[in-house]
Amino acid sequence: MKLRKYFFYIFLGIGALTFLYPFIWMISASLAPENEIGNLIFLPSTISFGSFFQMFDKIPIGRAFLNSMLVSSSVTIGVLIFGSMVGYALSRLEFRGRDLIFYIIIFTMTLPFQITLIPQYILIVRFGWVDTYWGLIIPYLMNSLGIIMFRQYFKTIPQDLIDAARIDGCNELQIIFRILWPNSIPALVTVGIITFMASWNEVLWPLIVIRDEKLMTMPQLVTLFAVGGRAESQLGVKLAAATILALPIVIAYFFFQKYFIQSMASSGMKE
Amino acid sequence: MKKKITPYLLVSPYIIHFLVFVAFPVGFSIYLTFNDWNIISPMKFIGLSNYKRLFNDAIFWKSVFNTLIFLMIHIPLQIIIALFLAELLNQKIKLRGFFRGAFFLPVIVSGVVVTILWQQLYGYDTGLLNRLLIKIGLGKVGWLTDPSWAMPSIAVMATWKNVGLYIVLFLVGLQTVPLQYYEAADLEGATHIQKFFKITLPLINPTIFMVVVLSTIGGFSLFIEPYVMTGGGPLNSTISAVLYIYKQGFFYYHMGYAATLGFFFALIILSVVIMQKKFVEKDK
Repeated sequence: MKLRKYFFYIFLGIGALTFLYPFIWMISASLAPENEIGNLIFLPSTISFGSFFQMFDKIPIGRAFLNSMLVSSSVTIGVLIFGSMVGYALSRLEFRGRDLIFYIIIFTMTLPFQITLIPQYILIVRFGWVDTYWGLIIPYLMNSLGIIMFRQYFKTIPQDLIDAARIDGCNELQIIFRILWPNSIPALVTVGIITFMASWNEVLWPLIVIRDEKLMTMPQLVTLFAVGGRAESQLGVKLAAATILALPIVIAYFFFQKYFIQSMASSGMKE
Repeated sequence: MKKKITPYLLVSPYIIHFLVFVAFPVGFSIYLTFNDWNIISPMKFIGLSNYKRLFNDAIFWKSVFNTLIFLMIHIPLQIIIALFLAELLNQKIKLRGFFRGAFFLPVIVSGVVVTILWQQLYGYDTGLLNRLLIKIGLGKVGWLTDPSWAMPSIAVMATWKNVGLYIVLFLVGLQTVPLQYYEAADLEGATHIQKFFKITLPLINPTIFMVVVLSTIGGFSLFIEPYVMTGGGPLNSTISAVLYIYKQGFFYYHMGYAATLGFFFALIILSVVIMQKKFVEKDK
């Protein structure tokens, strides 16, 4: 019995090492002098920020960070607001066409994005939204999964609460944002994290609609930097860019690990 | 009266968004498949030429084949590793939170980061993996430069990135298995292995199905990995569905043909997923 326990820990330890070590290596390599990276195993002999300085010199990564923040925050706020409006109507109000809308949402969720990619780009061109924030934000303002999650969650809230609010003279919007929201923190956190992460990590769509370097999102800029010749095959600079890109989400993950895991797991479940 | 229109007001932003960004694109996409268009010059109706071209397009078939290779490696690897680690995490062990957190880390990090990182690990001359191989006396492998290795290498990397999510999902699944089942099995003297195959596996079948479906969708959505690591090469051995749509659409501006590819890949994904669903239901 005791022996088996040891085996458990050995396998788990190997597992943890497999998932953590590449990240440790990445950070070490980004801080190592360029000529050491080829032989680097664990820690560099001296710490040098040279790769980071070079990267800051070559690409507007600070601006890209702000772009990403703006885009992902706007998308998340939109998804929370519109998602709870639709989720509320679907779960709490009776109206003709309600089932139809529900089926439309399910249809949208199962529709592979490959089919809409090209026409969506053409729309963005026609709207004049190429190289604008609108092109990055508007198509993502609605999220079927978010709506479904709000719908499920709102169903669990007692009707008395809503009735009482109506008697107090609340209109439907006030009911959603003043009564339901404070009672739906788990749903808000879950939808918020999933949406923000998906938006923050999205690369394909920015690559398609943004050509102007000043408007690029962080993963897009880093991708083009890694693919194009500008990293000049300097590994350290590439890895420094990857490290900077990973940092914000990893820091957030460090503090809110439990919520990240729960949110992502529940999004997997729903699909 | 006011009561009657409020629901519609609440859902109207969604409906407008759906009509503009989902319904219209789907219709327009099908229309585009019958046309030749580079966005700038006028559209030209060409009947079924795009479809004919697609069936004779070696690169299209190659991308389907590549995706199948990817899935054949990715899905079993993912299920085995995720189940194994979830089963370990489900025991009475210390530091469970730490292990779970570590396994999950690649899931939250951008695919770009993972791709840049693994590109270095897979490097031919200075890559960590080849240095390790040389140390234990084996030769170097062209992980990303050898056509028969490139796609499997990407499949392994994708497993590393996603498996944490499935560990957590399996863990949820494992915890729904009633403890009485195991206790009953213990009374009958069942071994650990027997319990796993006779009790655990059948009961977490829905989770396995989900892993298969999500991986299939993921396989047909591969983009950033080949885009950054290989550009689809060597010899188109890593060209993926989305990368090929992207190349046709935004490199050559063949909008009609790119839409045809997108339409076909969507059909393939939907039919594969429906087939998988049928397969599972028949099993029951």
